[in-house]
Amino acid sequence: MGLRALAVLLTLTLATILYLSRLEDFRIFVPGLAQGALMTLRITAAAAVLAVLAAITAGLLKLYGPAPLRWLAVAYIEVFRGTSALVQLFWLYFVLPGFGITIEAYTAAVIGIGLNIGAYGAEVVRGAVVSVARGQWEATVALNMTRAQALRRIILPQAFAAMIPPWGNLLIELLKTTALVSMITLGDLAFRAQQMNQTTMKTAQIFTLVLLVYLAMSLTVTLGMRLLERRAARGILHARAA
Amino acid sequence: MSEPPMVSFENVTKRYGSLTVLDGLNLTISRGEKVAIIGPSGSGKTTVLRMLMTLETIDGGVIRVEGEPLTHTERQGRLVPANLAHIRKVRAKIGMVFQSFNLFPHMTALHNCMEAPVKVLGLSRAEAEARAADLLEMVGLSNRRDYYPSQLSGGQQQRVAIARALAMRPRVMLFDEVTSALDPELVGEVLQVIRKLGEEHDLTMLMVTHQMGFAREFADRVCFFYEGRICEEGEPKAFFQNPQNERSRQFLRAVLEAG
Ligand SMILES: Nc1ncnc2c1ncn2[C@@H]1O[C@H](COP(=O)(O)OP(=O)(O)OP(=O)(O)O)[C@@H](O)[C@H]1O
Ligand SMILES: [Mg+2]
Repeated sequence: MGLRALAVLLTLTLATILYLSRLEDFRIFVPGLAQGALMTLRITAAAAVLAVLAAITAGLLKLYGPAPLRWLAVAYIEVFRGTSALVQLFWLYFVLPGFGITIEAYTAAVIGIGLNIGAYGAEVVRGAVVSVARGQWEATVALNMTRAQALRRIILPQAFAAMIPPWGNLLIELLKTTALVSMITLGDLAFRAQQMNQTTMKTAQIFTLVLLVYLAMSLTVTLGMRLLERRAARGILHARAA
Repeated sequence: MSEPPMVSFENVTKRYGSLTVLDGLNLTISRGEKVAIIGPSGSGKTTVLRMLMTLETIDGGVIRVEGEPLTHTERQGRLVPANLAHIRKVRAKIGMVFQSFNLFPHMTALHNCMEAPVKVLGLSRAEAEARAADLLEMVGLSNRRDYYPSQLSGGQQQRVAIARALAMRPRVMLFDEVTSALDPELVGEVLQVIRKLGEEHDLTMLMVTHQMGFAREFADRVCFFYEGRICEEGEPKAFFQNPQNERSRQFLRAVLEAG
Protein backbone atom coordinates (compact mmCIF):
# COMPACT_ATOMS: atom_id res chain seq x y z
CA MET A 1 0.00 0.00 0.00
CA GLY A 2 1.21 3.45 -0.85
CA LEU A 3 2.08 6.04 1.75
CA ARG A 4 -0.86 8.20 0.79
CA ALA A 5 -3.35 5.34 1.00
CA LEU A 6 -2.00 4.49 4.45
CA ALA A 7 -2.34 8.08 5.61
CA VAL A 8 -5.92 8.24 4.33
CA LEU A 9 -6.83 5.00 6.06
CA LEU A 10 -5.30 6.16 9.32
CA THR A 11 -7.17 9.48 9.13
CA LEU A 12 -10.43 7.67 8.43
CA THR A 13 -9.87 5.33 11.35
CA LEU A 14 -9.09 8.18 13.73
CA ALA A 15 -12.08 10.15 12.49
CA THR A 16 -14.36 7.17 13.06
CA ILE A 17 -13.02 6.68 16.57
CA LEU A 18 -13.58 10.35 17.30
CA TYR A 19 -17.09 10.25 15.86
CA LEU A 20 -18.12 7.10 17.74
CA SER A 21 -16.68 8.28 21.02
CA ARG A 22 -19.11 11.19 20.99
CA LEU A 23 -22.17 9.01 20.58
CA GLU A 24 -24.34 8.33 23.64
CA ASP A 25 -23.88 4.56 23.39
CA PHE A 26 -20.08 4.70 23.28
CA ARG A 27 -19.20 7.66 25.42
CA ILE A 28 -19.19 5.87 28.76
CA PHE A 29 -16.47 3.47 27.59
CA VAL A 30 -14.06 6.12 26.45
CA PRO A 31 -12.22 6.91 29.72
CA GLY A 32 -11.67 3.24 30.56
CA LEU A 33 -10.56 2.30 27.07
CA ALA A 34 -8.30 5.33 26.88
CA GLN A 35 -6.55 4.16 30.05
CA GLY A 36 -6.19 0.71 28.58
CA ALA A 37 -4.87 2.08 25.30
CA LEU A 38 -2.29 4.08 27.21
CA MET A 39 -1.09 0.95 28.98
CA THR A 40 -0.92 -0.91 25.65
CA LEU A 41 1.13 1.91 24.17
CA ARG A 42 3.51 2.01 27.12
CA ILE A 43 4.15 -1.71 26.96
CA THR A 44 4.48 -1.63 23.18
CA ALA A 45 7.01 1.19 23.21
CA ALA A 46 9.15 -0.23 26.02
CA ALA A 47 9.03 -3.78 24.64
CA ALA A 48 9.90 -2.52 21.15
CA VAL A 49 13.05 -0.83 22.45
CA LEU A 50 14.03 -3.99 24.31
CA ALA A 51 13.23 -6.15 21.27
CA VAL A 52 15.45 -4.10 18.98
CA LEU A 53 18.35 -4.13 21.44
CA ALA A 54 17.99 -7.86 22.12
CA ALA A 55 17.71 -8.59 18.40
CA ILE A 56 20.85 -6.66 17.45
CA THR A 57 22.83 -8.16 20.32
CA ALA A 58 21.71 -11.75 19.75
CA GLY A 59 21.85 -11.48 15.95
CA LEU A 60 25.42 -10.16 15.96
CA LEU A 61 26.59 -12.53 18.69
CA LYS A 62 25.20 -15.48 16.77
CA LEU A 63 27.22 -14.32 13.76
CA TYR A 64 30.43 -13.02 15.26
CA GLY A 65 30.44 -13.75 18.99
CA PRO A 66 33.05 -15.92 20.71
CA ALA A 67 31.89 -19.50 21.28
CA PRO A 68 30.15 -19.30 24.69
CA LEU A 69 28.33 -16.06 23.85
CA ARG A 70 27.38 -17.43 20.47
CA TRP A 71 25.77 -20.46 22.10
CA LEU A 72 23.98 -18.25 24.57
CA ALA A 73 22.56 -16.21 21.69
CA VAL A 74 21.43 -19.35 19.86
CA ALA A 75 19.82 -20.70 23.04
CA TYR A 76 17.99 -17.42 23.64
CA ILE A 77 16.69 -17.29 20.09
CA GLU A 78 15.50 -20.89 20.07
CA VAL A 79 13.88 -20.78 23.52
CA PHE A 80 11.94 -17.61 22.89
CA ARG A 81 10.92 -18.53 19.35
CA GLY A 82 10.11 -22.09 20.22
CA THR A 83 7.69 -21.45 23.06
CA SER A 84 4.57 -19.34 23.17
CA ALA A 85 4.61 -15.76 24.40
CA LEU A 86 1.77 -16.50 26.80
CA VAL A 87 3.75 -19.29 28.46
CA GLN A 88 6.76 -17.01 28.72
CA LEU A 89 4.68 -14.31 30.41
CA PHE A 90 3.21 -16.80 32.86
CA TRP A 91 6.61 -18.16 33.61
CA LEU A 92 8.14 -14.74 34.25
CA TYR A 93 5.26 -13.57 36.40
CA PHE A 94 4.12 -16.69 38.26
CA VAL A 95 7.06 -19.13 38.21
CA LEU A 96 10.04 -16.84 38.69
CA PRO A 97 8.90 -15.78 42.19
CA GLY A 98 9.34 -19.43 43.16
CA PHE A 99 13.06 -18.91 42.57
CA GLY A 100 13.00 -15.85 44.78
CA ILE A 101 12.79 -13.36 41.93
CA THR A 102 9.64 -11.32 41.97
CA ILE A 103 8.99 -8.75 39.28
CA GLU A 104 6.10 -6.42 38.71
CA ALA A 105 3.51 -7.36 36.13
CA TYR A 106 4.45 -4.41 33.93
CA THR A 107 8.12 -5.33 34.01
CA ALA A 108 7.33 -8.96 33.29
CA ALA A 109 5.19 -7.88 30.34
CA VAL A 110 7.91 -5.68 28.84
CA ILE A 111 10.63 -8.29 29.33
CA GLY A 112 8.51 -11.20 28.11
CA ILE A 113 7.17 -9.54 25.00
CA GLY A 114 10.39 -7.66 24.24
CA LEU A 115 12.49 -10.80 24.42
CA ASN A 116 9.95 -12.83 22.49
CA ILE A 117 9.86 -10.44 19.54
CA GLY A 118 13.61 -9.83 19.93
CA ALA A 119 14.24 -13.52 19.24
CA TYR A 120 12.49 -13.23 15.87
CA GLY A 121 14.23 -9.92 15.31
CA ALA A 122 17.63 -11.54 15.89
CA GLU A 123 17.09 -13.67 12.81
CA VAL A 124 16.03 -10.59 10.85
CA VAL A 125 19.23 -8.80 11.92
CA ARG A 126 21.37 -11.80 11.10
CA GLY A 127 19.77 -12.28 7.70
CA ALA A 128 20.17 -8.62 6.79
CA VAL A 129 23.83 -8.52 7.86
CA VAL A 130 24.60 -11.67 5.91
CA SER A 131 22.86 -10.28 2.84
CA VAL A 132 25.31 -7.38 2.56
CA ALA A 133 27.59 -8.11 -0.39
CA ARG A 134 30.82 -9.90 0.47
CA GLY A 135 32.75 -7.31 -1.52
CA GLN A 136 31.85 -4.72 1.11
CA TRP A 137 33.71 -6.71 3.77
CA GLU A 138 36.63 -7.17 1.43
CA ALA A 139 36.81 -3.44 0.81
CA THR A 140 37.04 -2.83 4.56
CA VAL A 141 39.92 -5.31 4.83
CA ALA A 142 41.71 -3.62 1.93
CA LEU A 143 41.29 -0.32 3.78
CA ASN A 144 42.67 -1.96 6.93
CA MET A 145 39.55 -1.26 8.99
CA THR A 146 38.90 -3.34 12.10
CA ARG A 147 35.96 -5.69 12.13
CA ALA A 148 34.11 -3.49 14.60
CA GLN A 149 34.65 -0.43 12.40
CA ALA A 150 33.53 -2.35 9.36
CA LEU A 151 30.36 -3.54 11.08
CA ARG A 152 29.44 -0.20 12.53
CA ARG A 153 30.24 2.06 9.63
CA ILE A 154 29.82 -0.09 6.54
CA ILE A 155 27.87 -3.29 7.08
CA LEU A 156 25.16 -2.35 9.59
CA PRO A 157 24.06 0.84 7.82
CA GLN A 158 23.49 -1.21 4.68
CA ALA A 159 21.86 -4.07 6.56
CA PHE A 160 19.63 -1.53 8.29
CA ALA A 161 17.82 -0.71 5.06
CA ALA A 162 17.09 -4.39 4.43
CA MET A 163 15.79 -4.79 7.99
CA ILE A 164 13.10 -2.13 7.96
CA PRO A 165 10.26 -3.98 6.19
CA PRO A 166 10.52 -7.16 8.31
CA TRP A 167 10.78 -5.03 11.44
CA GLY A 168 7.53 -3.36 10.45
CA ASN A 169 5.86 -6.77 10.57
CA LEU A 170 7.49 -7.66 13.87
CA LEU A 171 6.41 -4.45 15.58
CA ILE A 172 2.80 -5.04 14.55
CA GLU A 173 3.15 -8.57 15.85
CA LEU A 174 4.47 -7.08 19.08
CA LEU A 175 1.54 -4.70 19.36
CA LYS A 176 -0.92 -7.56 18.98
CA THR A 177 0.97 -9.75 21.43
CA THR A 178 0.50 -7.13 24.14
CA ALA A 179 -3.12 -8.27 24.38
CA LEU A 180 -1.77 -11.27 26.29
CA VAL A 181 -0.69 -9.15 29.25
CA SER A 182 -4.27 -9.09 30.51
CA MET A 183 -3.52 -12.67 31.59
CA ILE A 184 -0.96 -11.41 34.08
CA THR A 185 -3.31 -8.82 35.61
CA LEU A 186 -2.32 -5.77 33.59
CA GLY A 187 -5.03 -3.31 32.57
CA ASP A 188 -4.27 -2.96 28.89
CA LEU A 189 -6.79 -2.22 26.15
CA ALA A 190 -7.93 -5.84 25.79
CA PHE A 191 -8.27 -6.23 29.55
CA ARG A 192 -10.39 -3.09 29.97
CA ALA A 193 -12.58 -4.17 27.11
CA GLN A 194 -13.28 -7.54 28.64
CA GLN A 195 -13.90 -6.00 32.02
CA MET A 196 -16.46 -3.50 30.71
CA ASN A 197 -18.00 -6.15 28.53
CA GLN A 198 -18.70 -8.29 31.57
CA THR A 199 -20.40 -5.48 33.46
CA THR A 200 -22.36 -3.85 30.61
CA MET A 201 -22.78 -6.55 27.95
CA LYS A 202 -22.42 -3.91 25.24
CA THR A 203 -20.14 -6.16 23.24
CA ALA A 204 -20.70 -4.57 19.83
CA GLN A 205 -19.91 -1.04 20.97
CA ILE A 206 -16.92 -1.94 23.07
CA PHE A 207 -15.21 -4.26 20.66
CA THR A 208 -15.85 -2.03 17.66
CA LEU A 209 -14.04 0.77 19.42
CA VAL A 210 -11.23 -1.54 20.56
CA LEU A 211 -10.80 -2.91 17.06
CA LEU A 212 -10.50 0.57 15.64
CA VAL A 213 -8.00 1.65 18.28
CA TYR A 214 -5.76 -1.36 17.59
CA LEU A 215 -6.07 -0.65 13.88
CA ALA A 216 -5.09 2.99 14.38
CA MET A 217 -2.02 1.90 16.36
CA SER A 218 -0.85 -0.64 13.83
CA LEU A 219 -1.44 1.76 10.94
CA THR A 220 0.71 4.29 12.76
CA VAL A 221 3.47 1.72 13.09
CA THR A 222 3.22 0.79 9.41
CA LEU A 223 3.21 4.41 8.35
CA GLY A 224 6.24 5.18 10.50
CA MET A 225 8.15 2.24 9.11
CA ARG A 226 7.27 3.24 5.56
CA LEU A 227 8.62 6.71 6.12
CA LEU A 228 11.78 5.24 7.58
CA GLU A 229 12.06 2.90 4.61
CA ARG A 230 11.74 5.77 2.20
CA ARG A 231 14.40 7.77 3.99
CA ALA A 232 16.70 4.77 4.00
CA ALA A 233 16.11 4.21 0.30
CA ARG A 234 17.05 7.79 -0.36
CA GLY A 235 19.91 8.33 2.02
CA ILE A 236 21.33 4.98 2.99
CA LEU A 237 20.86 2.47 0.28
CA HIS A 238 22.18 3.97 -2.88
CA ALA A 239 23.10 0.57 -4.24
CA ARG A 240 22.52 0.27 -7.93
CA ALA A 241 19.57 -1.97 -8.69
CA ALA A 242 21.30 -3.55 -11.70
CA MET B 1 72.72 -5.53 3.76
CA SER B 2 70.83 -4.33 0.69
CA GLU B 3 67.25 -3.22 1.09
CA PRO B 4 64.74 -6.08 1.10
CA PRO B 5 62.36 -6.45 -1.86
CA MET B 6 59.03 -4.68 -1.56
CA VAL B 7 57.11 -7.93 -1.75
CA SER B 8 58.25 -11.50 -1.87
CA PHE B 9 56.29 -14.72 -2.11
CA GLU B 10 58.46 -17.54 -0.82
CA ASN B 11 57.34 -21.02 -1.69
CA VAL B 12 53.69 -20.04 -1.15
CA THR B 13 51.06 -22.71 -1.46
CA LYS B 14 47.31 -22.29 -1.55
CA ARG B 15 44.73 -25.05 -1.54
CA TYR B 16 40.96 -25.13 -1.70
CA GLY B 17 40.12 -28.54 -0.32
CA SER B 18 42.02 -31.01 -2.43
CA LEU B 19 42.59 -28.49 -5.21
CA THR B 20 46.06 -26.94 -5.13
CA VAL B 21 45.60 -23.50 -6.61
CA LEU B 22 49.12 -22.20 -6.11
CA ASP B 23 51.99 -24.60 -5.90
CA GLY B 24 55.15 -23.31 -4.25
CA LEU B 25 54.98 -19.84 -5.72
CA ASN B 26 58.17 -17.77 -5.70
CA LEU B 27 57.87 -14.17 -6.78
CA THR B 28 59.97 -11.18 -5.82
CA ILE B 29 58.92 -7.62 -6.58
CA SER B 30 61.19 -4.66 -6.02
CA ARG B 31 60.15 -1.25 -4.86
CA GLY B 32 58.44 0.79 -7.54
CA GLU B 33 58.20 -2.12 -9.92
CA LYS B 34 55.09 -2.46 -12.09
CA VAL B 35 54.22 -6.08 -12.60
CA ALA B 36 51.50 -7.36 -14.91
CA ILE B 37 50.05 -10.77 -14.10
CA ILE B 38 48.46 -12.56 -17.01
CA GLY B 39 47.29 -16.06 -17.71
CA PRO B 40 44.24 -18.16 -18.48
CA SER B 41 41.14 -18.25 -16.30
CA GLY B 42 41.61 -20.23 -13.09
CA SER B 43 45.39 -20.06 -13.17
CA GLY B 44 45.53 -18.40 -9.73
CA LYS B 45 46.08 -14.73 -10.62
CA THR B 46 43.36 -13.34 -8.38
CA THR B 47 44.42 -15.67 -5.58
CA VAL B 48 47.92 -14.15 -5.58
CA LEU B 49 46.57 -10.65 -5.04
CA ARG B 50 44.00 -11.76 -2.49
CA MET B 51 46.64 -13.53 -0.40
CA LEU B 52 48.76 -10.41 -0.39
CA MET B 53 45.73 -8.38 0.72
CA THR B 54 45.11 -11.04 3.45
CA LEU B 55 41.70 -11.81 1.97
CA GLU B 56 42.85 -15.42 1.68
CA THR B 57 44.93 -17.44 4.09
CA ILE B 58 47.98 -19.28 2.83
CA ASP B 59 48.62 -22.97 3.37
CA GLY B 60 52.39 -22.97 3.08
CA GLY B 61 55.38 -20.69 2.65
CA VAL B 62 55.55 -17.05 3.61
CA ILE B 63 54.77 -13.67 2.09
CA ARG B 64 57.03 -10.79 3.05
CA VAL B 65 56.47 -7.07 2.68
CA GLU B 66 59.71 -5.11 2.90
CA GLY B 67 61.25 -8.16 4.48
CA GLU B 68 58.60 -8.47 7.18
CA PRO B 69 56.41 -11.58 7.15
CA LEU B 70 52.79 -10.61 6.42
CA THR B 71 50.88 -13.20 8.41
CA HIS B 72 53.73 -14.57 10.49
CA THR B 73 56.14 -13.32 13.09
CA GLU B 74 59.62 -14.58 13.67
CA ARG B 75 60.15 -16.10 17.09
CA GLN B 76 63.51 -17.67 17.89
CA GLY B 77 64.22 -18.00 14.21
CA ARG B 78 60.95 -19.73 13.51
CA LEU B 79 57.85 -18.40 11.77
CA VAL B 80 54.68 -18.57 13.80
CA PRO B 81 51.23 -17.21 12.87
CA ALA B 82 51.00 -13.52 13.72
CA ASN B 83 48.27 -11.77 15.66
CA LEU B 84 45.86 -9.33 14.07
CA ALA B 85 47.78 -6.27 15.24
CA HIS B 86 50.87 -7.44 13.37
CA ILE B 87 48.88 -8.29 10.25
CA ARG B 88 47.21 -4.89 10.26
CA LYS B 89 50.54 -3.13 10.66
CA VAL B 90 52.01 -4.86 7.61
CA ARG B 91 48.78 -4.78 5.64
CA ALA B 92 48.71 -1.00 5.97
CA LYS B 93 51.29 -0.90 3.18
CA ILE B 94 48.98 -2.64 0.72
CA GLY B 95 45.97 -1.25 -1.13
CA MET B 96 43.64 -2.97 -3.54
CA VAL B 97 41.21 -2.09 -6.30
CA PHE B 98 38.56 -4.66 -7.17
CA GLN B 99 36.95 -5.70 -10.39
CA SER B 100 33.52 -4.85 -8.97
CA PHE B 101 34.61 -1.53 -7.37
CA ASN B 102 33.07 -2.35 -3.95
CA LEU B 103 32.42 1.29 -3.14
CA PHE B 104 30.35 1.96 -0.04
CA PRO B 105 26.91 2.64 -1.51
CA HIS B 106 25.69 4.72 1.43
CA MET B 107 28.52 7.24 1.21
CA THR B 108 29.35 9.93 -1.32
CA ALA B 109 32.52 9.71 -3.38
CA LEU B 110 34.23 12.08 -0.96
CA HIS B 111 33.14 10.14 2.12
CA ASN B 112 34.19 6.87 0.55
CA CYS B 113 37.68 8.35 0.39
CA MET B 114 37.57 9.85 3.89
CA GLU B 115 36.19 6.97 5.92
CA ALA B 116 39.30 4.87 6.44
CA PRO B 117 41.78 7.75 6.71
CA VAL B 118 39.68 9.15 9.58
CA LYS B 119 38.88 5.86 11.32
CA VAL B 120 42.02 3.89 10.66
CA LEU B 121 44.79 6.46 10.26
CA GLY B 122 43.26 8.87 12.75
CA LEU B 123 43.33 11.89 10.46
CA SER B 124 41.14 14.84 11.39
CA ARG B 125 38.13 15.29 9.15
CA ALA B 126 39.67 18.40 7.65
CA GLU B 127 42.92 16.61 6.83
CA ALA B 128 41.07 13.63 5.41
CA GLU B 129 38.84 15.85 3.33
CA ALA B 130 41.79 17.74 1.88
CA ARG B 131 43.50 14.47 1.02
CA ALA B 132 40.33 12.98 -0.51
CA ALA B 133 39.66 16.13 -2.52
CA ASP B 134 43.20 16.07 -3.92
CA LEU B 135 42.87 12.45 -4.95
CA LEU B 136 39.46 12.94 -6.52
CA GLU B 137 40.99 15.75 -8.52
CA MET B 138 43.84 13.49 -9.54
CA VAL B 139 41.34 10.95 -10.92
CA GLY B 140 39.38 13.74 -12.61
CA LEU B 141 36.29 13.64 -10.41
CA SER B 142 36.41 16.89 -8.44
CA ASN B 143 32.96 17.77 -9.72
CA ARG B 144 31.50 14.45 -8.57
CA ARG B 145 32.70 14.43 -4.99
CA ASP B 146 29.21 14.68 -3.51
CA TYR B 147 27.70 12.01 -5.73
CA TYR B 148 26.74 8.59 -4.43
CA PRO B 149 28.17 5.54 -6.23
CA SER B 150 24.78 4.76 -7.78
CA GLN B 151 24.88 8.16 -9.45
CA LEU B 152 28.24 7.49 -11.11
CA SER B 153 29.18 5.56 -14.24
CA GLY B 154 31.23 2.39 -13.88
CA GLY B 155 34.38 4.15 -14.99
CA GLN B 156 33.79 6.95 -12.51
CA GLN B 157 33.11 4.46 -9.71
CA GLN B 158 36.34 2.66 -10.43
CA ARG B 159 38.26 5.93 -10.39
CA VAL B 160 36.74 6.75 -6.99
CA ALA B 161 37.78 3.28 -5.82
CA ILE B 162 41.36 4.02 -6.90
CA ALA B 163 41.30 7.35 -5.07
CA ARG B 164 39.88 5.63 -1.98
CA ALA B 165 42.68 3.08 -1.94
CA LEU B 166 45.34 5.77 -2.48
CA ALA B 167 43.97 7.83 0.40
CA MET B 168 45.51 5.24 2.73
CA ARG B 169 48.93 5.98 1.19
CA PRO B 170 49.81 2.37 0.40
CA ARG B 171 53.26 1.42 -0.86
CA VAL B 172 51.89 -1.38 -3.02
CA MET B 173 48.73 -1.18 -5.11
CA LEU B 174 46.93 -4.27 -6.32
CA PHE B 175 44.59 -4.15 -9.31
CA ASP B 176 42.48 -7.18 -10.13
CA GLU B 177 41.03 -6.84 -13.62
CA VAL B 178 39.83 -3.39 -12.73
CA THR B 179 38.46 -2.70 -16.20
CA SER B 180 36.71 -6.03 -16.80
CA ALA B 181 33.34 -4.91 -15.48
CA LEU B 182 33.34 -1.73 -17.57
CA ASP B 183 31.74 -0.90 -20.88
CA PRO B 184 34.47 -0.70 -23.53
CA GLU B 185 34.23 3.06 -23.91
CA LEU B 186 34.93 3.53 -20.18
CA VAL B 187 38.07 1.40 -20.04
CA GLY B 188 40.30 4.16 -21.34
CA GLU B 189 39.59 6.66 -18.57
CA VAL B 190 40.52 4.14 -15.88
CA LEU B 191 43.70 3.02 -17.65
CA GLN B 192 44.60 6.69 -18.01
CA VAL B 193 44.48 7.08 -14.23
CA ILE B 194 46.59 3.98 -13.72
CA ARG B 195 49.14 5.31 -16.21
CA LYS B 196 49.34 8.50 -14.23
CA LEU B 197 49.95 6.49 -11.07
CA GLY B 198 52.67 4.60 -12.85
CA GLU B 199 54.68 7.79 -13.04
CA GLU B 200 55.17 7.63 -9.31
CA HIS B 201 58.47 5.88 -9.00
CA ASP B 202 57.99 4.74 -5.45
CA LEU B 203 54.62 3.09 -5.88
CA THR B 204 54.79 -0.63 -6.49
CA MET B 205 51.99 -1.97 -8.64
CA LEU B 206 50.72 -5.46 -9.28
CA MET B 207 47.99 -5.83 -11.78
CA VAL B 208 46.05 -8.74 -13.08
CA THR B 209 44.86 -7.84 -16.54
CA HIS B 210 43.53 -9.22 -19.78
CA GLN B 211 44.49 -5.99 -21.50
CA MET B 212 47.63 -7.21 -23.29
CA GLY B 213 48.29 -3.92 -25.01
CA PHE B 214 48.25 -2.11 -21.72
CA ALA B 215 50.42 -4.70 -19.97
CA ARG B 216 52.99 -4.43 -22.69
CA GLU B 217 53.18 -0.67 -22.65
CA PHE B 218 52.86 -0.16 -18.91
CA ALA B 219 54.56 -2.99 -17.04
CA ASP B 220 58.23 -3.43 -16.18
CA ARG B 221 57.68 -7.15 -16.02
CA VAL B 222 55.08 -9.66 -17.13
CA CYS B 223 54.37 -12.86 -15.21
CA PHE B 224 52.50 -15.51 -17.08
CA PHE B 225 50.57 -17.85 -14.76
CA TYR B 226 49.54 -21.32 -15.71
CA GLU B 227 47.91 -23.81 -13.34
CA GLY B 228 49.17 -22.13 -10.22
CA ARG B 229 52.76 -21.56 -11.30
CA ILE B 230 54.64 -18.82 -13.02
CA CYS B 231 55.30 -20.43 -16.34
CA GLU B 232 57.25 -17.62 -17.87
CA GLU B 233 58.21 -14.11 -16.84
CA GLY B 234 60.18 -11.35 -18.30
CA GLU B 235 60.38 -7.91 -19.76
CA PRO B 236 57.13 -7.20 -21.67
CA LYS B 237 58.64 -6.48 -25.05
CA ALA B 238 60.59 -9.70 -25.14
CA PHE B 239 57.73 -11.70 -23.69
CA PHE B 240 55.12 -10.53 -26.16
CA GLN B 241 57.41 -10.60 -29.19
CA ASN B 242 59.10 -13.84 -28.51
CA PRO B 243 57.54 -15.98 -25.80
CA GLN B 244 59.73 -18.93 -24.91
CA ASN B 245 57.25 -21.28 -23.38
CA GLU B 246 54.76 -23.32 -25.39
CA ARG B 247 51.93 -22.41 -22.96
CA SER B 248 52.64 -18.71 -23.26
CA ARG B 249 52.64 -18.97 -27.03
CA GLN B 250 49.32 -20.79 -26.98
CA PHE B 251 47.82 -18.26 -24.61
CA LEU B 252 48.96 -15.25 -26.61
CA ARG B 253 47.73 -16.80 -29.81
CA ALA B 254 44.32 -17.43 -28.24
CA VAL B 255 44.15 -13.87 -26.89
CA LEU B 256 45.11 -12.44 -30.27
CA GLU B 257 42.47 -14.47 -32.03
CA ALA B 258 39.81 -13.35 -29.56
CA GLY B 259 40.85 -9.79 -30.47
N1 LIG C 1 36.73 -19.67 -2.62
C1 LIG C 1 37.14 -20.66 -3.45
N2 LIG C 1 36.79 -21.93 -3.22
C2 LIG C 1 37.20 -22.92 -4.01
N3 LIG C 1 37.94 -22.74 -5.10
C3 LIG C 1 38.32 -21.49 -5.42
C4 LIG C 1 37.94 -20.39 -4.61
N4 LIG C 1 38.46 -19.26 -5.14
C5 LIG C 1 39.13 -19.65 -6.24
N5 LIG C 1 39.05 -21.00 -6.42
C6 LIG C 1 39.70 -21.77 -7.48
O1 LIG C 1 41.06 -21.43 -7.49
C7 LIG C 1 41.55 -21.40 -8.82
C8 LIG C 1 42.24 -20.08 -9.08
O2 LIG C 1 41.29 -19.05 -8.99
P1 LIG C 1 41.63 -17.53 -9.32
O3 LIG C 1 40.41 -16.75 -9.04
O4 LIG C 1 42.87 -17.15 -8.63
O5 LIG C 1 41.90 -17.58 -10.89
P2 LIG C 1 42.18 -16.39 -11.89
O6 LIG C 1 43.48 -16.68 -12.52
O7 LIG C 1 42.04 -15.10 -11.22
O8 LIG C 1 41.04 -16.60 -12.96
P3 LIG C 1 40.17 -15.52 -13.78
O9 LIG C 1 41.01 -15.07 -14.94
O10 LIG C 1 38.98 -16.30 -14.24
O11 LIG C 1 39.83 -14.42 -12.85
C9 LIG C 1 40.37 -21.67 -9.72
O12 LIG C 1 40.41 -23.02 -10.09
C10 LIG C 1 39.18 -21.42 -8.85
O13 LIG C 1 38.11 -22.22 -9.22
MG1 LIG D 1 40.64 -13.51 -11.34
